[in-house]
Amino acid sequence: MSLPAFAELLERLVFTPGRNAKLALLKRFFATERDPDRGVALAAISGELSFTAAKPALVRELVASRTDPVLLAWSHDYVGDLAETVALIWPEPTHRPNRPPPELSEVVEALELAAKAEIPAMLAEWLDLLDPGGRLALIKLVTGGLRVGASGRLARQALADWSGHPVEEIEEVWHGVPPPYLPLFAWLEGRAERPDPRDAPVFRSPMLAQPLEAPDIAALDHTAFRAEWKWDGVRVQASAGPGGRRLWTRTGEDLSGAFPEILEALDFHAVVDGELLVIRDGEVAPFADLQQRLNRKVVGPKMLRDHPAGLRLYDLLFEAGEDLRPLPFDTRRERLEAWFACVKPARMDLSPQVAFASMEQLAALRDGARAAGIEGLMLKRGDAPYIAGRPKGLWWKWKRAPLSVDAVLMYAQRGHGKRSSTYSDYTFGLWRPDGAGGEELVPVGKAYSGYTDQELVWLDRWIRNHTLSRFGPVREVEKELVLEVVFDAAQLSSRHKSGVAMRFPRISRLRPDKPAAEADRLEALMAMVENRPQ
Amino acid sequence: MAAPHPESWTRITPEGLYCEPGGFHIDPARPVPRAIISHGHSDHARPDHDAVLATPETLAIMTARLGEGRAGRQQQALPYHQTLVQNGVRVTLVPAGHVLGSAQVVLEWQGSRLVVSGDYKRQPDPTCAPFEPVPCDVFVTEATFALPVFRHPPLRHEVQRLLESVALFPQRAHLVGCYALGKCQRLIAGLREAGWDRPLYLHGAQAAMCRLYESHGIALGELRPVPCPQKRGETVLAGEIVLAPPSAEANPWARRLTDPVTALASGWMRVRQRAKARGVELPLVISDHADWDDLLATCAEVEAPEVWVTHGREEALIHALAARGVRGRALHLIGREEDEGGDPLLAEEEAAA
Repeated sequence: MSLPAFAELLERLVFTPGRNAKLALLKRFFATERDPDRGVALAAISGELSFTAAKPALVRELVASRTDPVLLAWSHDYVGDLAETVALIWPEPTHRPNRPPPELSEVVEALELAAKAEIPAMLAEWLDLLDPGGRLALIKLVTGGLRVGASGRLARQALADWSGHPVEEIEEVWHGVPPPYLPLFAWLEGRAERPDPRDAPVFRSPMLAQPLEAPDIAALDHTAFRAEWKWDGVRVQASAGPGGRRLWTRTGEDLSGAFPEILEALDFHAVVDGELLVIRDGEVAPFADLQQRLNRKVVGPKMLRDHPAGLRLYDLLFEAGEDLRPLPFDTRRERLEAWFACVKPARMDLSPQVAFASMEQLAALRDGARAAGIEGLMLKRGDAPYIAGRPKGLWWKWKRAPLSVDAVLMYAQRGHGKRSSTYSDYTFGLWRPDGAGGEELVPVGKAYSGYTDQELVWLDRWIRNHTLSRFGPVREVEKELVLEVVFDAAQLSSRHKSGVAMRFPRISRLRPDKPAAEADRLEALMAMVENRPQ
Repeated sequence: MAAPHPESWTRITPEGLYCEPGGFHIDPARPVPRAIISHGHSDHARPDHDAVLATPETLAIMTARLGEGRAGRQQQALPYHQTLVQNGVRVTLVPAGHVLGSAQVVLEWQGSRLVVSGDYKRQPDPTCAPFEPVPCDVFVTEATFALPVFRHPPLRHEVQRLLESVALFPQRAHLVGCYALGKCQRLIAGLREAGWDRPLYLHGAQAAMCRLYESHGIALGELRPVPCPQKRGETVLAGEIVLAPPSAEANPWARRLTDPVTALASGWMRVRQRAKARGVELPLVISDHADWDDLLATCAEVEAPEVWVTHGREEALIHALAARGVRGRALHLIGREEDEGGDPLLAEEEAAA
C-alpha cells in the first residue's frame, strides 16, 4: 500500500465520529490491502508502532530551509499544528522525481535501518514524492505523533467483523504476534492455523458485569453471591512470566510504558485481574489523580513520587501457566489469597470481600460508602467460572446512588452522525459570586446522555429558540433553563475553571418550571467533593 | 506624456472602489448611482443600485437572487470582450473563471490600464468561461487563500473521494454542503465527468440557481428535489448524493436523510482544525477561488508592476509580491465575506430550510 492510501484512511478515521463507520473503513482496508503493508498500517493505527526517528525540530529545519520565514510563521500561526503546516506548505519540487510515492512498509523498514545522519535527506526525498495528505501522515509517523481516532480495540473488532472470528480469539493471540502480523492475517484468511503465542504475554478478554437494577434485586439469591467494593480506577489485567510482562486496560490497550513501577512489581508467573489506582499511604486517591498518569508515554520521577500507582487485586486467571478461568469464583479467590500470601507482590493488595447477610444490609453498606475511590459494589456468583465478555446473571455491578445538582444550561453543541442536526451535548453551570457584588454562572460540566428522545427533541427546539450567539457547532443560550444533573462523584480539579470535576454527569430531568436564579450554587457542589483538604 | 497612474484616477470611497473620470463604482457595498458588478455573489452584487453594468449572465443571476427591480433600476448588459466607453474610460469585461458570468473589469484611461479581477480561480471549471490574463499597469486581486498552506487539489481528486465514500457507505445518504451559486454547479459537473449519472438531490436553495445555469446551456443531468419521507420517523436517500447550502446539516431539515455522511466543499477544508470545528465527516477541498500558487502565478502573468490586494490575507500576498519586485498595496474594502470569504469558524451560515 502506498503511503497516500494509508494517509487517506487516517484522514477518514480522524473525521469519522461513528464507530460503525470506522469499522467499515477498517474492514475494507483489511480486505483490499496486501501484506505486509496492511499489518504495518494496523500497527501504526493501534499504537504498536512508534518512531522517534525524527524530532519535530528536524522537520522544522527541513521546511525552514525551503520556505520564506515570514510566510512560514504566518502559516504556522494560522494552521496551529507544525506537522500539518509543514505538510501543506512543503514546496512542490521543480523536478518531481519520476518515481511513485513510497510504500508504507518501505518507509518503516528504511527508518529502522537508517543511520541518524541519513534521516533528514531520506525524509526530504519522501516529502518531495508525496501529496499533502501523505506528507502529514509521514511526518506524524516519524515524529511519533500519529493520533488516528481509532483505538487498538476498534481495530481488533474490525479484524473480527472482517474475518468472522470472535474478537476474544483475536485478543488472545494479538499480543503474541509482532507487526506486521503475517501469521495473524494468514489465520484470519483461513490460510494457516491459529498462531501460538507460546510464552509471550497475551491479553485475555476480561469478564464484565451487568448493572444491577431494581427488578434484578428481588430475583437475586443473595447467598449465592459474594460482594466486594467496586473501586474507581482503571480495570486492568497484568500478565507476567518467562515471556515478558505486560499491563493492559480491559480493552487491551497496553499501559506497560506508563506504569513502570507496576511492571517492576510483576515479579511472578501469573495473570491477575485488578484495579489500577493511585494510592497514597494506603488511601485511594480520586480518579483525577490517576488520570494524570494515563495517556503518558513517559513518566518522570516527580510523577512517580507524587502519584504512586498500585494494583488492587480481584482475581487470579493463570498461575504458573495453569488456566484457572474454568474454576468457580470461590476456588479462584482461595487460590488468589494463597498465591498472594506466598508471593507477596509489591505495590499490590487484595480487594477485600464485604460480608453481608441480606440485600438490605448490603444496600445500606453501599449507600454509606462515600469514600473517594469507591464507585459502589460488585456482586459475583461464587460458583461462576471466569467467562470473557458480559455473561448474564453471574456478575453484577451495583453503583451507589448518584449525587445531583440543579444546574443552568449555558452552551449546547451539535452531536455527530445521527445527532448532527441536533443539539445534544450540554455544558451547564452553577452560580457563584462574581466578585462585584453579583452572581455569575461558572461552567461545571458537560453531559450528552441521560435524557429521553422526547426530552432531546424538546431541548433542541428550546436551544434554537433561545440562542445568544454561535461559534461553529456551539451555541450559547440564554441562561434560563435548569437541568437536574446527576453524577457519580465530585472531585477537586485544577484543570477546570470551577475548580471541581464531575464523574459521569448526565441529565436526569429537565426543570423548565424552576427559575434559573434558584439553581444550585457552586458551594453546593463543593460540599460534595470527596478529596477536599481537611 | 506618461500615462496617469491608476492611483490618480481611482479612489476608495465608503462604498468601495470608485473610478473618478468614469463616475462609477466597482462592486460597491452600498447602493450607488452607477455600478459595475464583477459577479453575482452577494458580497459583490448588492441590491438597489441605480444603474448596473455587468455580463448578461451576472445580470440574470442578480435578478434571480435579488428580485425584479432590486438588481439595478437600469441594467446594461456587456458581453465578454466587448468594449464600452463611459466618459472617456474604456470598460471591457473579461472572464474571471470564478462562477457563471464572472468577469474581470478592465478599465483603460489615457493609456493607463487597471484590471479589477473580482474573485477568480485558475482551475478548470466546465460551468464557466476560463480566466484570461490581461496585462496591465495595476492588477487588483483578492487574497482569500493567500497563505502558502492553501493549495487546492484538482476537482476530480476530491470528487473521487466523495464517490469512494458513497461506495463504502451505500446505506447512508451523503449530504454535501456547497455554496448555491457556482460551487454547487461545478461539483455537479465534476460528478458527471466522473461518471456519476444517477439523479442528484437538491435542497431548495440550490435548485433555482441550477435551473438558471441550465438555461444558459450548462447541462447538469437529472436533478431532483429532496423528497419528504412518507411516514413519520422514516428517512430517505440512502446511497444518494444530496447537495445543500453549507450548514444545512445543522437544520432539522437534514433529519429526513438516512444517517447522512456530512461533507463540505470548501477551500477552508484544507486545514484540519477548520474541518474539525465544523464537525464535518468528509471535508472536500473544493474552492472557486485561486489558491496560493495561482494567485502568485496570475500576478506574474499580468505583468503588473503594482498589485492592489482586496479581501483576505493581504499581508502575506504583499510580502510575497515584494520578494518578486512587485509593489503591493492593501485596499481595505468592507463587506466581503459571502461564500468562502469568511472563516468558517467565525460565521455559521444558516441555510433557509
